[in-house]
Amino acid sequence: MSTVNPTDTHHHDDHHHGPVTLADGVWPWMKRWIGTTNHKDLGTLYLIFSFTMLFIGGLMSLVIRAELFAPGIQFVDPAFYNEMITLHALVMIFGGVMPAFVGLANWMVPMMIGCSDLALPRVNNWGFWILPFAFTMLLGTLLVPGGAPASGWTMYPPLVMQTGAALPLMVFALHLAGISSITGAINIVVTILNMRAPDMPLLKMPLFVWTWLITAYLLIAVMPVLAGAVTMILTDHFFGTTFFDAAGGGDPVLFQHIFWFFGHPEVYIMILPAFGIVSTIIPAFARKPLFGHDSMVYAVASIAFLSFIVWAHHMFTVGMPVSAELFFMFATMLIAVPTGVKVFNWVATMWRGSMTFETPMLFALGFVVLFTIGGFSGLMLALTPVDFQYHDSYFVVAHFHYVLVPGAIFSIIAAIYYWIPKWTGVMYNEKLGQFHFWWSAVWINVLFFPQHFLGLAGMPRRIPDYAVQFTDFNMVSSVGAFMFFIGQFVFIYNMIMCMRGSGTKATGRVWEGARGLEWTVASPAPYHTFETPPKIDPREMA
Amino acid sequence: MKKISMLSRWGLGALGALAMAPAHAEWTLNMGRGVTDLTDDVFGLHMLIFWICVVIGIGVFGAMLYSVIVHRKARGFEAAHFHESTVVEIAWTVVPFIILIAVAIPAAGTLLQIEDSSDPDMTIRVTGYQWLWEYDYVDEDVSFFSRIDRESDRARQLGSGIDPAGVEHYLRNVDNPMVVPVDTRVRLLLTSGDVIHSWWVPELGGKKDAIPGYINDMWFEANETGTYRGQCAELCGRGHAFMPIVVKVVSQSEYDEWVAEQGGDAGSEGELATGQPSPDEASADEATSSEESPTAGNATEGRTEDDSEDQPEEAEESMVGSGEEDEGSEPATGDEQDSDADEASDDSGSDDGGSEESDSADQDAGGDSEEAAASSGSDNGSNGGSGDEDEGSGGDAAGDGSDEVSKDELMSEGETVYADLCAACHQPDGSGMPSAGFPALKDGAITTGPVEAHVAQVLDGKGAMPPYKGSLSDREIAAVVTYERNSFGNSTGDVIQPSQVAEQR
Repeated sequence: MSTVNPTDTHHHDDHHHGPVTLADGVWPWMKRWIGTTNHKDLGTLYLIFSFTMLFIGGLMSLVIRAELFAPGIQFVDPAFYNEMITLHALVMIFGGVMPAFVGLANWMVPMMIGCSDLALPRVNNWGFWILPFAFTMLLGTLLVPGGAPASGWTMYPPLVMQTGAALPLMVFALHLAGISSITGAINIVVTILNMRAPDMPLLKMPLFVWTWLITAYLLIAVMPVLAGAVTMILTDHFFGTTFFDAAGGGDPVLFQHIFWFFGHPEVYIMILPAFGIVSTIIPAFARKPLFGHDSMVYAVASIAFLSFIVWAHHMFTVGMPVSAELFFMFATMLIAVPTGVKVFNWVATMWRGSMTFETPMLFALGFVVLFTIGGFSGLMLALTPVDFQYHDSYFVVAHFHYVLVPGAIFSIIAAIYYWIPKWTGVMYNEKLGQFHFWWSAVWINVLFFPQHFLGLAGMPRRIPDYAVQFTDFNMVSSVGAFMFFIGQFVFIYNMIMCMRGSGTKATGRVWEGARGLEWTVASPAPYHTFETPPKIDPREMA
Repeated sequence: MKKISMLSRWGLGALGALAMAPAHAEWTLNMGRGVTDLTDDVFGLHMLIFWICVVIGIGVFGAMLYSVIVHRKARGFEAAHFHESTVVEIAWTVVPFIILIAVAIPAAGTLLQIEDSSDPDMTIRVTGYQWLWEYDYVDEDVSFFSRIDRESDRARQLGSGIDPAGVEHYLRNVDNPMVVPVDTRVRLLLTSGDVIHSWWVPELGGKKDAIPGYINDMWFEANETGTYRGQCAELCGRGHAFMPIVVKVVSQSEYDEWVAEQGGDAGSEGELATGQPSPDEASADEATSSEESPTAGNATEGRTEDDSEDQPEEAEESMVGSGEEDEGSEPATGDEQDSDADEASDDSGSDDGGSEESDSADQDAGGDSEEAAASSGSDNGSNGGSGDEDEGSGGDAAGDGSDEVSKDELMSEGETVYADLCAACHQPDGSGMPSAGFPALKDGAITTGPVEAHVAQVLDGKGAMPPYKGSLSDREIAAVVTYERNSFGNSTGDVIQPSQVAEQR
């Protein structure tokens, strides 16, 4: 297995005459997608899967926002509401955001470091095709007796033990999603460390590659921790262990420690690649090199390190020793320093640039502003005494949606606008793109900003019904949710048009200020790129 | 903390009336100030960090905006080529670090104060259940359950047709609020009987989780009298949104009155200890006055009493006991002369040992039974007046054989319990919600199967169904089981007596 010559497998796996298309017949075409080991094909599959999940998770959020539009229970039973919040989070995190970043890495990492494919193409195929099964199983829990998991994505015991037949399905779905993530992460690490073009030293790698390298290490470190935590839930439920059951000598808080030891790095797994994307896009449209490339790398590495020592700030209210609370407060506040460095660097990159504002740039700028707002509320949450008030309130909901939606998801959208001309060979419709940005930017704030006020006024999260003094801001927020959701169809339409090849032809460089190896190949990128290592023009490197 | 208070005042000024318009809280933007010194400090910290964020935000976004307006290609701006500056980079690493230290110091100070719960003036044990709270005043021998008020509970049902806006304090009102004196250092000891809950009244300070197997503590000292409302803050299942918390902060004298009304003070314990064996009913009544106090205010209790005649000398004592019950029950159903033998020698020891003790005692003469109850009662006083968990067991036993409860009574009491606790999931007509995993009781396997299994399930719960052995008496369980087996078209004809439940406990 380990002695296989890479060039050998290459010849067997890949189709040297270009990919099979639908014109070659439906079955060959399906076989191509099922069996493909091409990083571009798999990148596309990941992205399509991810957007399917974002759509499903989005529909669930609409159920939530519809119920919260007015006080009283109008549409769904509270038990079903809890299923919705749980599945919404699991689907968005494990099915939406993470696969989207893996898809982008699949497409771009080999092209950015000048290698022909990921190091382990078959593992790559396997890693992707696990996902549809995992999420079919997870969504299938809606149909089993007892309903879907309803304990929140955090799955705290003992509540999670009240899950019905869905419990093992959820656990196995998470195991599968974890296996998929780990295979993807290992593949990316191996590729980046071994398969860079000969004259690309580590510190000259594009930031997107850097952030993904660090993200991949985080994934390898923490996904097994999650797997362990959910497995303990499984054995507690079915095999009589009492890891988390106080009555049997276990400890329900232990689960929270284990979960958040996974959970906090997980948060950065969903934002570090976004940092890489924004650090790629801003210099391109400011026509100016990224300010402080190396300090960006160090900042990302520091954030990754800190992510392992701050987990308990998610659980300040469980009654920890005060010394632990102090430690986790200080460590959490420290994260503001490297994060601040990144934001300052982005602004310095724009400073005295020669900016244009195409859609990818708009989304990147939207990211910087709105992610920073999420960062500010994060800093506020870091203060333990105040967190006792914020904790488990809508303030927290506002905080993490600010960093995840206009944070992570805006960056994914920016990346797709930025690279889709390279992928499809045609430009997207710029007018629709601009409309999509402004529509999203307005409604996302209508959606999430009032949630800060709700939290400060005392509305807890994860409730299907609320006291009447919270009505007005909830209505505003719900209107924002529906409007934001509708606007995304513009994006889907725009991207489908690109995939069908209708639009103006894109040049190889696509963007005037774009730098990097991916822009040195034709648009659309050939099915196989860099089959021989490229000679790198120093101007293409960071 | 003075500096912070100053800052917060300045902050308030800047936010203007918006932040301080509590009368109609609909558009409230900011956190409330609360009514304790510590919530004031926390509010100050909140405003401090908020304004720091605002200032940094103005700097960063201002620079961005300027750059976006000026440094654009459309205006012919040529790009510069700088891409690093060690001085600037060090500056914007070090300066934020210093700012953070400046915030961390007062934050740590406040945290240390919050976590120092030593020297409380009084202690209340708070136990979360799905989905109600139990408050147990350990020094006062007062204990009761606190659950969502009837009106909110009716309005919050799917398709209730009741406008929540017309319900006073919708979802923020309870049958029995916690009552504490003003200017008193109150310590709460939090735990849970099932899943994790979190006790949160914003105006009294932050939240703290109630975790099974743990006893967490928090404290507050309210500076102003008033009624403060909050709710459970940790997802605890289907009824998470429906377990409000109401704390009434009253003057010391009002508080003392309230305690007296609850019938809980150290005096009653003494009386009990010296109580002489007497005829069954009398001893039962006597036990009631003192023994039932830990369960005072358990709303369902008042309703389930029947009217046994009391002898005059006991009547007074039982008045004390029944008074506290009325606190919890509907005015319409509260009955002053209520103590019956069934409930009477209620064993207030929460531990199994205590209940077994009186179980065995019930085989003997009534006097012995009372002694057993008495001894467990005084233990109870010393260990914190803990429980009413087994409230029915001893009492049922004492009444065992003397009177069976009629089917009609059980049916009507059961209907009430069912409407309160069961109908939300199993539906008023017993049809359940099979899609959500709540089985129908109409022709159900449990409700038409063996009685023992049915009782066991109500006692111990199953899956999403919480155990009720902690919150319902034998009589209530007997009533609800009887009701379920003879309603919705079920016609098993079974009549379950409290003694049967006691045996299975």
